[in-house]
Amino acid sequence: MKKEIGIFALLVVLCGVTGFENPRFFSHENLINTANLIGLFGIFSIGVGLVIITGGIDLSIGSMIALNGMLLVLALTEWHWAWPLAAAFVLAVTMLLGLGHGLLITRFKMQPFIVTLCGLLLYRGIARFIANDTTKGFGGAENFKALQSLASGNFLGLPMPFVILIVISAVMWVVLHRSVYGRYLFAIGRNEEATRFSGINTRWVVAGAYIIAGLLTGVSGILFAFYTNSVTPSTQGNSYELNGIAAAVLGGCSLRGGEGSILGILIGTALLLVLQNLVNLLGIPSSLNYAVMGAVVLLGVLADQMFQARSAKKLACQPK
Amino acid sequence: MVTMPLLEMRGISKGFPGVKALDNVSLTIGRGEVVALCGENGAGKSTLMKILGGVHQPDVGEILIDGQPVKIHGVTDSMKFGIAFIHQELNVLGNLDVAANVFLGREPENALGLIDSKKIHADTAPFIQRLGLEISTRTRLDNLSIAQQQMVEIAKALSLNSRLIIMDEPTSSLTLTETKRLLELIRELRGQGVSIAYISHRLGEIDECADRIVVLRDGKNAGELSRAESSHDKLVSLMVGREIKSFYVEPKGSKTPGYFKVRNSSSSLHPGKKVSFDAARGEILGFAGLVGAGRSEMAKAISGLEDSPTQEIFLDGQKLSVSKPRDAIDQGIYLAPENRRAEGLVVEMTVRENISLPSLENFSRFGLINRAHEKKIAAEQVKSLNVKTPTTETRVLNLSGGNQQKVVLGKWLAMTPKVMILDEPTRGIDVGAKAEIYRLMRELADGGAVILMISSDMEEILNVSDRIAVMHEGEISGVLERADCSEENVMNLAVGKKISAAKPAVNN
Repeated sequence: MKKEIGIFALLVVLCGVTGFENPRFFSHENLINTANLIGLFGIFSIGVGLVIITGGIDLSIGSMIALNGMLLVLALTEWHWAWPLAAAFVLAVTMLLGLGHGLLITRFKMQPFIVTLCGLLLYRGIARFIANDTTKGFGGAENFKALQSLASGNFLGLPMPFVILIVISAVMWVVLHRSVYGRYLFAIGRNEEATRFSGINTRWVVAGAYIIAGLLTGVSGILFAFYTNSVTPSTQGNSYELNGIAAAVLGGCSLRGGEGSILGILIGTALLLVLQNLVNLLGIPSSLNYAVMGAVVLLGVLADQMFQARSAKKLACQPK
Repeated sequence: MVTMPLLEMRGISKGFPGVKALDNVSLTIGRGEVVALCGENGAGKSTLMKILGGVHQPDVGEILIDGQPVKIHGVTDSMKFGIAFIHQELNVLGNLDVAANVFLGREPENALGLIDSKKIHADTAPFIQRLGLEISTRTRLDNLSIAQQQMVEIAKALSLNSRLIIMDEPTSSLTLTETKRLLELIRELRGQGVSIAYISHRLGEIDECADRIVVLRDGKNAGELSRAESSHDKLVSLMVGREIKSFYVEPKGSKTPGYFKVRNSSSSLHPGKKVSFDAARGEILGFAGLVGAGRSEMAKAISGLEDSPTQEIFLDGQKLSVSKPRDAIDQGIYLAPENRRAEGLVVEMTVRENISLPSLENFSRFGLINRAHEKKIAAEQVKSLNVKTPTTETRVLNLSGGNQQKVVLGKWLAMTPKVMILDEPTRGIDVGAKAEIYRLMRELADGGAVILMISSDMEEILNVSDRIAVMHEGEISGVLERADCSEENVMNLAVGKKISAAKPAVNN
């Protein structure tokens, strides 16, 4: 819990400073807009977090978002599928890609970095190819108004992506922190061999994390497609995997595996988006956007590391 | 003239927050003397040696080398004074060859500023020969056995002109013959004037190699025994401060022969070789043999952790199909593996989480863990196994080796074993915890379980087993009944000799 409290304090301080310097930060419009972005980015970040907890990584998120968005546009506007079918189809595609990653990693013992790096290249290429590398928009959206409002509408005055994130977080919190499956994820992240010796089918548990990451990325992909209202296959979702990894790591996930929490990932996502907001509102040149993000993640993880080293030292001083 | 000792540690005290690890401890080691350091875990042996190795600095006390007071501030100082430390977990790089390991950190350079490969191979070779190793200096370390890797570490120590070599549990992963070879080597080194500080729990080895035994208890000097006056009983009583008798306990429960049968179990280590045996309900069947005889692999095959297509397992007359770990576990066949920290435990997780790991699904509904039930089960095991842990929420890595092993056992005892396989159950565990584990194994057997115990500790295998199956190169070379269990018989079977006392593993 200490980690979460630490970055939550940082988040509060950043919000306070930004709001103090530029009161527009607390305007209704800005808050709604930020919440919307937190929703969009938070959903796939949870997926990335799960994979990181198993000791893996998923670099294919951004390309999956592009491919899934492009398939959605094509299915709705060119193939004229009913929207429930189209939505189910794109979710199935990203889940299958996740399953593919999972199988390559668990059955063929390939490294997650390599598998998903190839995914990153592969899916981006396919997305651009099937669209002839052109931007495709939703147009009038006559037949899929319901999906559109589900993806980009409001609920009780809150943007839908934020509401969906809350629901998904609640479900994933139970899965990660209260279910048998969640316990297995943490155990595998710490020591896969000992977990296997305990009779757990570690292959499927790990593959499951990639499938869930695929599903959550698919959900994000649909929301992003409606957020941008058109999909440019060469740029849609570009480098979002890095946002997801940064959010998860800032939120306390360790790339060594076995550590992390849903709450931490959420706060990490919020922190990254507030930082971008801060760059805009405080008149910092937007070219520094990534530099600010990088510096904060670096300092955050460094501070955590130093804190941990100190408490580990305290423990080590007691002889066994 | 009285010769000056090589090393003298006087009045060493060292405190850590909350604990006094060493209290006014003294230790003298002469030139070419082998001093065994004994004591239960936590007695202060490791702390004392770490002070010599430069890892810790003493709060009080002085260290004299050749009669000169010295300060050892770090590992480099320690090396400078001719002290080499061979840790239980070897510090070798598997991806480098023998010579590169020996010269790691002090590679000679050639004219171009690159590593002078010719020189390091030439300089390493004599040390390898001196140790009687028949390997090339170009062999990668991960192609060597643990014993050979250890020899490479000793070669490195010798190449540094070390005069004192500290060996911390050097035989814990060696086979019986490798252990013999190491003990011979220690005698040779002694003859060449090298001093050895030898930490071990295995009293037999200490008897064989030590000139003098220094016993520590609770951070203090508990006493010293010379070679002449040493005996197991005296040694053990100094260590624990009480007498421990020979510890074979007669089974109380009734036995059901043929309750558990294994046929044609094989492993990739010994292709083509098959293991078959019968074990009775209520007995402790010991598995002796050299490391590499295939005992651990057999245990893994029975537990579904390793493929063995030819294997057939019968429990209580029923044929089981075991192709994955869950199959064995569902039938009540459990393995407490050899490598506790790597295979038995998720050490960063809590005692509760480790104990419940294999049985979680038994007390979850809709995939959700019943936390109250989980806590109860963990608390029960901690209590009944007498695990010394502050709470069930303590992370396992903060427990001592003996208590970690109890947590491994707790995982399985929470699910009532029918067949409990223990692979090296007391490796690296202190005398007190060992006795508790032996008692527990006997209780389990008396309660109607089959206990299969793999052990390379001769004292343990002879004192705990009701019968001993001895393995040699992937096969059981013979089974000894209790009356025939002797070190000589076990050793003969382990090296593949036929003896008349041995019975076949399966009566056909």
